[in-house]
Amino acid sequence: MADITKTNRRDFLKIAATATGGLFIGFYWSSCDSPKMKVLSTEEVLSKAHNFNSFLSISPDGDVVIYSPNPELGQNIKTSFPMVVAEELDADWSKVRVLQAPLDNDKFDRQLTGGSGAMPHSWERLRKAGATARHLLLTAAANQLEVDMASLSTEKGMIYHKASGKKLTYGEVVMAASELEAPEEVLLKDPKDFTIIGTPIKNVDNDDMFTGKPLFGLDFYREGMLHAMIQRPPFGMKIKSVDDASARSVSGVTDVIQYDNFVAIVGTSTWPLMKAKRRLKVEYESDGNVESTFDHDKIMKELLDSKDARVMRQDGNVDEAFKNAAKVITSEYQCPFLPHAPMEPMNFFAHVKGEEVELIGPTQTPDAARMQTAQLLGIPKENITVDITRLGGGFGRRLRADYVLDAVEVSRRVNAPVKVTWSREDDMTGGAYRPAVRYRFSAALDAAGNMIGFKLRGVGLNAGNSVRQDNFPSGAVPNLLIENINYNSSVTTNAWRAPITNFLAYAEQSFLDEVALEAQKDPVKFRLDLLEQAKSSPTGSVNYDVDRMIGVIKDAAERSNWGKNSNVKQGFSVYFSHRSYVAQVANIEMINNQPVLKKIVASTDCGIVVNPTGANHQVRGGIVDGMGHAMFGNLVFENGLPKQKNFDSYRLIRMKEVPEIDVNYVDSGFDPTGLGEPALPPTGGAIANAIFAATGRRLRSQPFLEQKEFSDLNLEIRRG
Amino acid sequence: MANYNLRINGKNYEVDVEDDTPLLWVLRDHLGLVGTKYSCGIAQCGACTVHINGEATFSCTIPISSVGSDKVTTIEGLSENADHPVQKAWKEVDVAQCGYCQAGQIMNAAAFLKKNPKPSLEEIDNAMNRNICRCGTYHKIREAVALAAKTK
Repeated sequence: MADITKTNRRDFLKIAATATGGLFIGFYWSSCDSPKMKVLSTEEVLSKAHNFNSFLSISPDGDVVIYSPNPELGQNIKTSFPMVVAEELDADWSKVRVLQAPLDNDKFDRQLTGGSGAMPHSWERLRKAGATARHLLLTAAANQLEVDMASLSTEKGMIYHKASGKKLTYGEVVMAASELEAPEEVLLKDPKDFTIIGTPIKNVDNDDMFTGKPLFGLDFYREGMLHAMIQRPPFGMKIKSVDDASARSVSGVTDVIQYDNFVAIVGTSTWPLMKAKRRLKVEYESDGNVESTFDHDKIMKELLDSKDARVMRQDGNVDEAFKNAAKVITSEYQCPFLPHAPMEPMNFFAHVKGEEVELIGPTQTPDAARMQTAQLLGIPKENITVDITRLGGGFGRRLRADYVLDAVEVSRRVNAPVKVTWSREDDMTGGAYRPAVRYRFSAALDAAGNMIGFKLRGVGLNAGNSVRQDNFPSGAVPNLLIENINYNSSVTTNAWRAPITNFLAYAEQSFLDEVALEAQKDPVKFRLDLLEQAKSSPTGSVNYDVDRMIGVIKDAAERSNWGKNSNVKQGFSVYFSHRSYVAQVANIEMINNQPVLKKIVASTDCGIVVNPTGANHQVRGGIVDGMGHAMFGNLVFENGLPKQKNFDSYRLIRMKEVPEIDVNYVDSGFDPTGLGEPALPPTGGAIANAIFAATGRRLRSQPFLEQKEFSDLNLEIRRG
Repeated sequence: MANYNLRINGKNYEVDVEDDTPLLWVLRDHLGLVGTKYSCGIAQCGACTVHINGEATFSCTIPISSVGSDKVTTIEGLSENADHPVQKAWKEVDVAQCGYCQAGQIMNAAAFLKKNPKPSLEEIDNAMNRNICRCGTYHKIREAVALAAKTK
């Protein structure tokens, strides 16, 4: 502990022991504290605090420290988790401070950011953590005042005995409370009594973020630390020869190390490494499939006709339905590989000290980082500590620990603390992309325009299951066949915000729009009819909540004045993913004969909204993300490498390219059901369907910008 | 290697670095001013925005040899007590998601509003278009710049 405490010149990290011996690491900005502010430091609070459970500590002064175990990458969990604890505790939010907890399997469960799962997973235990502490405080207060516990009430860190007018602060009874046995069962609040949940509590890191404090992994420095950058091979290639003479000659470079298929350049600061990397001469040779986008397009098209598809779901008799159909509609949709491109490139700090390892940095899955480090070094995982910094975005990329292992590999080889930094070019070309996928949809309509058959076949390049066979419209169609084909590409892939559904939803919602038009039905009515079918006479299992989906469809249609203004061309889309339901309407107005995308209306059912500001961020951000990538995102491969290597050629959506976004929530009364991802999938479909409504052009591939149907549209995007 | 005397946030610094070292890496690696962020390194995203003599500038492509006696302001030096109108607006509007780009956004907005204290929304969009936010906080950025302009 001591050796970590005196880590570096700028006090990036301090460690404090709680009174019960618990150990927590907090970012402690002693050098930044204003002398005028008489606020206890986090360390001072902790040193006096009693560690009630894994989530919070309370000091005799009434200061509350709440630990947020999950990595924070912009989903606002570091604010919303503590809000839930503070709610049940009845804490005074102004006296709450929040600390990022390190990886601790004993204290915390699922310390992971992914799958929009943190809040649904932890909702109840967070509430229990707060309620348990409150119960103990109340018990101690009842003992002290010699009154019945039921006669006490709490509010903002105070305990009141109304009959006698007596009151106590939490701090006054915390010592006595910490001696008590925790109850096995505690009562949780009725949601209608919430005073913190449902209010727009501000991001707990605002002051630090907006004054430039070192919060992120890339901001971590330690005295004596070396820097490293890694040269990785193109996909499907291996190193033939390395000439590092010129790289080594760069002032500030201390070492160039080749291991496996990598070359690490090590030095005393970042810039010399960037220079040296450009001078490094590495010759590669083929080691399998050296692929190009040209190959990928061919492979996906060919495999769509393969006889070896894996049947993922089969209901009724599809062949019969298509044979008897009055009309058959078939369309194919395709999406490219995409990088995650978080603003903070991959980086990590590692210090391998013999059999022990210290890891610090931005990771969505500290547990995987530790497990893989343990495996790599052949040491027990207990010998490895992981501290989680704030993450400058993740989008799924930081679920992979490759860049953590970079740091571990270099640290053990140079026997020093090392921070590995990926350049933007490394980040963009380093793999673990959203997989490229091609879909073929077919629908069979009867003479009345009812969809009596539905087929989906997906071909993904390292996509695993690209079809999500139990999603809508499965359950709503009597005859259905969903098949998957996976091709093992040398291009590496990984979860990318709303994995698979980030593209599948666009393809499916666009195709259903095509089917509705062929059936001569309003697209909203068409979907509602299908859902009625799933409710009244379901086929097979129905793995979504029909009423919740209907709820958001109706809300979005109503608030967008769906179909009521002939000057506004609208596109509809709805999707269920990560336990939540989101419907969206895109509005295009024809102004001087030119389509102008002016607004997206979103209706979301994510259960209880914990923090409206955070929720709006996730919905708007998901829509902006979905829109930007649908319109611009493209990664074109040549000789195993993407052509796009930085933001000059890989276009990310900017300020002037976002329309007005209207956000609303349907109050279904469910516990929170996830929001980091669900708003993204419907967006591409809503926009593509609006473009069709406005222009008659159907966009069946992404990015839209590179489709011939789009190139001369001059779609303008305007707010207000 | 050469010695450079720099004027940053009203303080004098002396560094010994290669001539071509970008200001960004001098700030981050040599002076411990890590609020200025690295993201693209090619003047495309704005995460590294600082003020040079009051002008919003991408520090990732400015070699230290060209800084001379110019006055550099970083996010750490924008205000004494985090109370620059733009910082206050950013807090009030609760702009950030991941937060990584926001120091650059704030620096760009602060320089812009100094030149154009009463901008139209369109002017705000134009000015802020040079900074990328991968999380998509653009609506909030726009709202915060507008708020800062009114509250100045």
